[in-house]
Amino acid sequence: MPEQRSLWRDAVYRLARNRAALAGLSVIAVAALVAILAPLIAPYDPSDSFTNAGRQAPTLAEPLWGDQRYVDPRYVLGTDVLGRDILSRLIWGARVSMIVGFVPVAMILAVGTTIGMVAGYYGGWVDQLLMRITDVVYAFPDLLFLVIVMATLRNTAFGEILGGLVLMFVALAIVSWVGMARLVRGQVLSLKHREFVEAARAIGVPARRIMLRHLFPNALAPVIVSVAFAIPSAMLAEATLGFLGIGVRPPTATWGVMTNEGFQVFSTSPWPVLLPAFCIGIVMLSFTFLGDGLRDALDPRMKV
Amino acid sequence: MLTYVVRRLLLLIPTLFFVAVVTFALAHAAPGSPFDKNPDRPLPAATIERLERLYGVDRPLHEQFLLYLGNLARFDLGSSLVRDRSVAEIIGSQLPVSAQLGIQALLLALAVALPLGVISALRQNTAVDHASMVLATVGTTIPSFVIAILAIYVFAVHLRLIPIVGWGTPKHMILPTVVLSLGAMAFLTRMTRASMLEAIRQDYVRTARAKGLPEQVVIVGHVLKNALIPVATVVGPATAGLITGSFIVESIFNVPGIGREFVLSITRRDYPLIMGVYLLYAFLIALANLAVDIVYAALDPRIKAA
Repeated sequence: MPEQRSLWRDAVYRLARNRAALAGLSVIAVAALVAILAPLIAPYDPSDSFTNAGRQAPTLAEPLWGDQRYVDPRYVLGTDVLGRDILSRLIWGARVSMIVGFVPVAMILAVGTTIGMVAGYYGGWVDQLLMRITDVVYAFPDLLFLVIVMATLRNTAFGEILGGLVLMFVALAIVSWVGMARLVRGQVLSLKHREFVEAARAIGVPARRIMLRHLFPNALAPVIVSVAFAIPSAMLAEATLGFLGIGVRPPTATWGVMTNEGFQVFSTSPWPVLLPAFCIGIVMLSFTFLGDGLRDALDPRMKV
Repeated sequence: MLTYVVRRLLLLIPTLFFVAVVTFALAHAAPGSPFDKNPDRPLPAATIERLERLYGVDRPLHEQFLLYLGNLARFDLGSSLVRDRSVAEIIGSQLPVSAQLGIQALLLALAVALPLGVISALRQNTAVDHASMVLATVGTTIPSFVIAILAIYVFAVHLRLIPIVGWGTPKHMILPTVVLSLGAMAFLTRMTRASMLEAIRQDYVRTARAKGLPEQVVIVGHVLKNALIPVATVVGPATAGLITGSFIVESIFNVPGIGREFVLSITRRDYPLIMGVYLLYAFLIALANLAVDIVYAALDPRIKAA
């Protein structure tokens, strides 16, 4: 008898053979580790300004810039316009990026799957309401909505909690939960008349248990894929808002805020903006590779 | 067909109404008045009161909102609180720049994406295909402001080929147009390729080949014609992406368009301008999607006003 493999083992196997996805996963793992260990591995405090060392070029780039005056071996990646160590700021910025990636997506997941499941399973007014809300929310261009929410509310008491992070979480969740709810609803609609659900209902399994034990696990694959794409888009939103100067409040070090500050001195010293821009690009790319890999692994039919 | 168009047009009204409600609520939830900009030299209380009365900001919120909606119905977007012009005038004078940038970017995206997508589908798994998929991945993944920063660094700061920022001459327009179009270009390339691959596998293509039609006729007449229909539908979202992407690109390259004005109006708390531009964006995006749905229904008889 051939060895039996579950759907999930099969998916893990397919994912493990996808080199791009594995590379993406490794980069994300490293970034997550850096984010967790930030206080231990950052050489300096990210907000400490070494005023006598304003804008030092990265040590590693010495051959590129050549001029010895601007190179200080104490700051491996140089310092920014206020003389703060860029490496330390990048490390602490990874922490903010990871938090911005994971917290709102967890909120979206909790709210979106619950409402989607109830709407799909029961139909009726919950479903109607969800559909109407969807129409409205879809009318708001995501990024523009985030921009006006941050721009108008970041100076209120609520907008100042954690330097604006909480407001950003809520705004991100508001624009994104609907997509998740729609996705889960669609899955539940296609699953709820299948035999295993009917069988469960026939033997008197309560609705709550049907949803949690029968519908949810079977709807999980596309949810995982969409989470893999939702995390980087939340991070990107933070970076974009930060770049526009309406994101997390300085002096908190985030990659977006760093690009904003660096961009102002761009033509004379490019490294304060190039380094965080590079980090954003690499992490975005890694998540895309992982997301594509997960999609191919979990549902080969969806392959584009 | 006509009823379909009319129904879709009428659906725009509740959508835009909600956009107006939310925008209005947000603009008024913001702390601070637009008249208390300089904390060192505060305006006299009487002056502020007069200004507030002049612009109607002293009245109850619901009155202000009704007034706003009434004016909106007459295409009167109010006047800017900071600049001595009406919102409609500001939009009118700066929209052409943004429209030019957006149309250039869309045309560039289509001009590159369609041939590239078709070629990589026909030469699947060759070097051309792999290269265009790398481009598509990078273009959809790397944020436009990161690409803009790198592009400015390489072409303007390092190589000094083109001016860093500004607008006016064709040389100024190259970088913003290319950067703005990249996202849409990548997205459309991916879609065209996928759609072509899907169409090639259809039975009618096999039939066409089996009855001995020349390969070119099969590709152009059978595959391409059907493959482009789904691509036409994503031109809508791609256009929406160009519209929302424009304010980042315009801000970075200092293009005097409506997008840069939007970002500036936010820092100046110029509520009427924020609301006006945001409504304009929502309207344009809804319109782009509507146009595409109509084209789709016209192109594909299977859709018939569903």
